[in-house]
Amino acid sequence: MSYPRCMSFGGRESVKTSRNSVKAKQRRWGWAFLIPATVMIIVMSFYPMVQALITSFKKGPILNMQMADPWYNNYTRILQDKIFITAMKNTFLYLIIQVPIMLILAMLLAQILNNKDLKFKGIFRTMVFLPCATSLVSYALIFKSLFATQGLINSVLRSLHIISENINWLGTAGTAKFVIIFALIWRWTGYNMVFYLAGLQNIDYQVYEAAKIDGASAWKTFWRITVPLLKPVIVMTFIMSINGTLQLFDESVNLTNGGPANATITMSHYIYNMSFGQGVGKFGYASAMSFVVFIMVGVLAAINMKVGDTRD
Amino acid sequence: MTEKPKRNKSSIQRRLIPSYVFLIIWSFFSVFPLYWMITAATNTTVEVARGKIWFGTAAVENFRNLLAAQPLWKSMGNSFLYAIAQTLLCLFICSLAGFGFELYADKAKDRLFAFLLLAMMIPGVATMIPLFVLISRMGLLNSVWGFILPQVSTPFMIMMFRNNSRNFPPAIMEAARIDGQTEVGIFFKQYMPIMRSTYAAAAVITFMNAWNAYLWPKVVMTDNRAQTMPMLIANLASGYTIDYGMLMMGVLFCSVPTMVVFFVLQKQFAEGITGSVK
Repeated sequence: MSYPRCMSFGGRESVKTSRNSVKAKQRRWGWAFLIPATVMIIVMSFYPMVQALITSFKKGPILNMQMADPWYNNYTRILQDKIFITAMKNTFLYLIIQVPIMLILAMLLAQILNNKDLKFKGIFRTMVFLPCATSLVSYALIFKSLFATQGLINSVLRSLHIISENINWLGTAGTAKFVIIFALIWRWTGYNMVFYLAGLQNIDYQVYEAAKIDGASAWKTFWRITVPLLKPVIVMTFIMSINGTLQLFDESVNLTNGGPANATITMSHYIYNMSFGQGVGKFGYASAMSFVVFIMVGVLAAINMKVGDTRD
Repeated sequence: MTEKPKRNKSSIQRRLIPSYVFLIIWSFFSVFPLYWMITAATNTTVEVARGKIWFGTAAVENFRNLLAAQPLWKSMGNSFLYAIAQTLLCLFICSLAGFGFELYADKAKDRLFAFLLLAMMIPGVATMIPLFVLISRMGLLNSVWGFILPQVSTPFMIMMFRNNSRNFPPAIMEAARIDGQTEVGIFFKQYMPIMRSTYAAAAVITFMNAWNAYLWPKVVMTDNRAQTMPMLIANLASGYTIDYGMLMMGVLFCSVPTMVVFFVLQKQFAEGITGSVK
């Protein structure tokens, strides 16, 4: 009996090469699938970022820009720009006050909603989550109307005799900042709660049961079990919140229009005004500011990831 | 021992009272502004200012004023067109990439993936000016392409599809190949149907983001006729005197599509938000 042909040495080799060419073809397709996404990200994100850096060293009208003199002139200007410094302070005020309050409330809500004995869980979850369904412009306008001088908040406070005269919430720097923080908490707490709830649901209930049997208090259980297990999620919500706060735009434009007298303006809003605001068109300067925002986002995210690194 | 669980049950509920109280207060806080928006849309601006929080009879009047003040139907149409086009294209491009990155994974592709993720760090405001120049040079200002092109490939969506592709069994790939299916055929005939829940979550989140976008449309839609719903309602509120009833009617129109998506596809929405963390 002779072996079938394909089992012969030569035959096996040809099977191998044809298999190799199939593999190579598959590999080529693997790369081909990545082309559209890669090209679009390079053209629509990386290339504009490089362009923004180049533009930030220039001055003049958008279609006929020249090098600034000295080339870093736009950057030195930032340091003397009172409005940009105000915008930066506002952003950090929101970061320091609004972000922690929001994340603590989100964690608290997630903890409460994760209790297996709680009733009407679905309804409560839907209601806590509901503000996420409204667009940023919509909720900004709703809060603008609620806190208008002739708005509902003032009439409620007046009828409760807490105030005797209408408060000009959005016309005073301090209260306007408060309204923005209040509105941000309304819009984003439920959003962050969803992350924590998803994280909590991944923790095996038996871990908690075991902690209970060992006599650990709820407080201790939270800090010793929940927080370490949720660390990646917590770090992620921090990064997202920092990122979002540094880029605040819709609220500043629609809730207070940056006012009164630029007291509540955010960096993105100011950059927009400097570039696309009526009759301004300082694209070089605006690009320099936007690059500063980019660096801030990167630095803060890096710090956050360092802090949240789970490897010891 | 047999008695205990029952007593425990009611005592557990009693211990949960602070939780219920907190949840009820928070739910009220969450829902009230939206409830108020809907009632205000049915009241005149004077009634709104007087602090009325029940439904009124001025809905038709507010609606007529809104139609007279702004091109409502045109803007609704624009918003739907942009959001649906962006959703379709973004899902196609990003799922293709997620498929490629996960199921054809090798070291070089992982490096490319890490490189693309860096784009997450780029703030929209930083690329706004060069993108505006780019889009206007391409002659795409005020067009659906001008709206969607910067957003059709996002690191978040690629990551979401890649991570979820881990659930796609490689054995199916092999079986399909033995059956003589091409790699492209596998994507369309095997991958797409199996990954439909990921597509649903990705669609909800992309649609919401596109519908709610404000900064980029404000830059690229220089013509009033190309404006989106968020731009329309922002215009309503930019004057010195604001008709609150009409404004809230506009806000209502801007919110209804996302509200419907939210209530019908809440699970997918939550999955979409948390989609890339797995």
